[in-house]
Amino acid sequence: MTKSFNPQSYEPGTHPDLPPPAITTGLIGWIKTNLFSSPLNTALTLISIWFLWQILPSSFHWLFTGAVWSAVDRKECWAMMDAPRDGACWAFIRGSLELFLYGWYPEPERWRVNITFFLFGAAVFGALRENIPGKKYWLMFAAVFPFLAAWLLFGGFGLEPVATSKLGGILLTLVVAVTGISFSLPLGIALALGRRSRLPVLRAICVIFIEFIRGVPLITLLFVASTMLTYFLPPGSSFDLLIRVLIMVTLFAAAYIAEVVRGGLQGLASGQYEAADALGLTYWQSHRLIILPQALKISIPGIVNTFIGSYKDSVLVLIIGMMDILGLGRARLNDPDWLGLAPELYIFISLFFFVSCFAMSRYSLSLEKKLETGHQS
Amino acid sequence: MASSNAPSNVLSLLWRNKESRGVIIQIITMVIVFGLLAVIARNVVINLEAVGKEFSFDFLFWPAGYDIGFSPFIEYTNKSTHFMSGVVGLLNTLLIAFWGCILATILGFIIGIMRLSSNWLVSRVSYIFVEFVRNVPVLIHILAIYAIVVTILPSTKQAISLGGDLFFLSNRGFYIPAPIFESGAGWVGIVLLISIGLVIAFKRWAKRIQDNTGTIYPVFWISLAILTVLPSLALVAMGTPISWDIPALKGFNFQGGMAVKPEFIALWLGLSYYTAAFIAEIVRAGILAVSDGQTEAAHALGVRPNRTLQLIIVPQALRIIVPPLCSQYLNLTKNSSLAIAIGYMDITATLGGISLMQTGKEMETMLIVMGIYLIISLLISSFMNWFNSRIKLTER
Repeated sequence: MTKSFNPQSYEPGTHPDLPPPAITTGLIGWIKTNLFSSPLNTALTLISIWFLWQILPSSFHWLFTGAVWSAVDRKECWAMMDAPRDGACWAFIRGSLELFLYGWYPEPERWRVNITFFLFGAAVFGALRENIPGKKYWLMFAAVFPFLAAWLLFGGFGLEPVATSKLGGILLTLVVAVTGISFSLPLGIALALGRRSRLPVLRAICVIFIEFIRGVPLITLLFVASTMLTYFLPPGSSFDLLIRVLIMVTLFAAAYIAEVVRGGLQGLASGQYEAADALGLTYWQSHRLIILPQALKISIPGIVNTFIGSYKDSVLVLIIGMMDILGLGRARLNDPDWLGLAPELYIFISLFFFVSCFAMSRYSLSLEKKLETGHQS
Repeated sequence: MASSNAPSNVLSLLWRNKESRGVIIQIITMVIVFGLLAVIARNVVINLEAVGKEFSFDFLFWPAGYDIGFSPFIEYTNKSTHFMSGVVGLLNTLLIAFWGCILATILGFIIGIMRLSSNWLVSRVSYIFVEFVRNVPVLIHILAIYAIVVTILPSTKQAISLGGDLFFLSNRGFYIPAPIFESGAGWVGIVLLISIGLVIAFKRWAKRIQDNTGTIYPVFWISLAILTVLPSLALVAMGTPISWDIPALKGFNFQGGMAVKPEFIALWLGLSYYTAAFIAEIVRAGILAVSDGQTEAAHALGVRPNRTLQLIIVPQALRIIVPPLCSQYLNLTKNSSLAIAIGYMDITATLGGISLMQTGKEMETMLIVMGIYLIISLLISSFMNWFNSRIKLTER
């Protein structure tokens, strides 16, 4: 007590209430601890800055300041630049945007595609958004959406029928990806349950199916769909190439989902199974109420990764001659007006995939955080 | 009481019993699956007959009639059989998978460690690289690199010369010196094998000495010395029987040396850095999973920092890293089938592509190609399982 009244003298700069030295706080402190904390770090920082300095200004110039945004063909693009190829010719992408979006979908029917895109946005929004009124109805709508979209896109029942070969570009990419994603989840869960079944025959069938699909590349399965699958059908019958491809993509994704879900089922404490049995629940009751909700929660990161994977894999359909965004873009590169604009095309398509995949992975991270209940078994 | 009722009651009793219900379900599944297979088999037979094809593998011994531009291991001409074209394709697949796995591992470990760097700039740059690369389909990476190699690199006339006219980079490929082995080179090879054997023996001996007495030998430097000195001595003793065939520009193309084709470069780089982005995340997660307490405990015991890394952190991190690493190797091998998009002749492009089109044997070629991929997958995963069980924590 007495000490606090006693005026004590300190050497300059050693008073305990003084703020920390300026060199350890604020911007300077941050730079010192994060960039120049040791000789090695200083060297790394300098190398990185040099590297970025080599790349960034010239890329920025090529991508934005030196780029041409509207022109009729590449000759006009070059004419508007300081030197040909000095900047990007985004006029190529702008001019082809409609083709990239709709493919060859007939002009007067494109309102149907627009409605489908709008409903797709609504279904995604409703299914992913927490705390919106009438969540149940949004989910039911999202479940019905694939069938609704099929009707809108391909016609029948009062709408003008459109051949599946008219689909192309981003529309085709989304059709392949969304079908693969939405049908592979239930199939994958069923396969995972089958693989963990106590019935040896069921188990063997699921194991063989999963391991076979996971052991071969998707391209070979697509080749099977395009060349071989018609031999399996009753003589004289055949169905559309797009549907054959969709089936293969779904089966492929389902095998991977099955393994992820199996991991979730195994990660669950065995006490959960025993508790469900002790309550006298049947197999389906216990799985619906106790096992699957928890197992799926653990598997969310893996499931979303598989979704991203099958979304990215959808570009492989170009190898069997279907014109998705990549196939259509490459075909467009042969257009005499736009010859040799590969960098612009690949940057555009990369950006398209990057934005959508990155959004998916961010959503999965936030979902993981929200569902985290604190105790992981 | 049961006997007096209708047989439907017996059925419902059987259904209620867990054991017998299982049997019933399995019998029904079996009937459905085998029925389906039988229907498919019958359809295949009828359909093949309708188009006048028969199911046989005779086509493998017909002349293939197409050229393969890239066959580094065996002689192949367009008069060779489809079987040989399949072998060339398989070797090309294995080649790209092998080099791809090596480069992807090296890049992946470097980027993963850069991600963990305390240097803000370094970790940001590698984070952006990883996120960009793994969110874009690998096919786009491969096609983009191929476009860069073919359109941006100069023609052979203006090839970029590296390392004092030993290496040349052009849009026709990357030209490197090729070794020429003369008589006596075999002895150098034998000496090299012997020195590898010596190194292994020395390592075991040093470990035993360390376990018994605690004396630590500089194993790395001594091994390096054995590996360099002995073969060089042999090389000099035999009168340098190995010389280099250096590529040189003659007319419109390079003569001599080894040419690495642009297709190979594009596929190799594309597959490697795509897979490396995934491996980087695996490495990062593995190192983060080893708790700080381990490092602190090692330091408290007086273990030096680099030996802490070598003895404490890496063995524990490796245990977490290996299983997902294995599945990345499998993915890389399967993704190598994208070769067909840029015309690198792997097994999918030769047997599953051109041979299929030329012979019309869809069933047979696809069965062989898928079978080969299944076998490769099984081999890689069983090797990694073996490796995993070796480094696994031995619980007592």
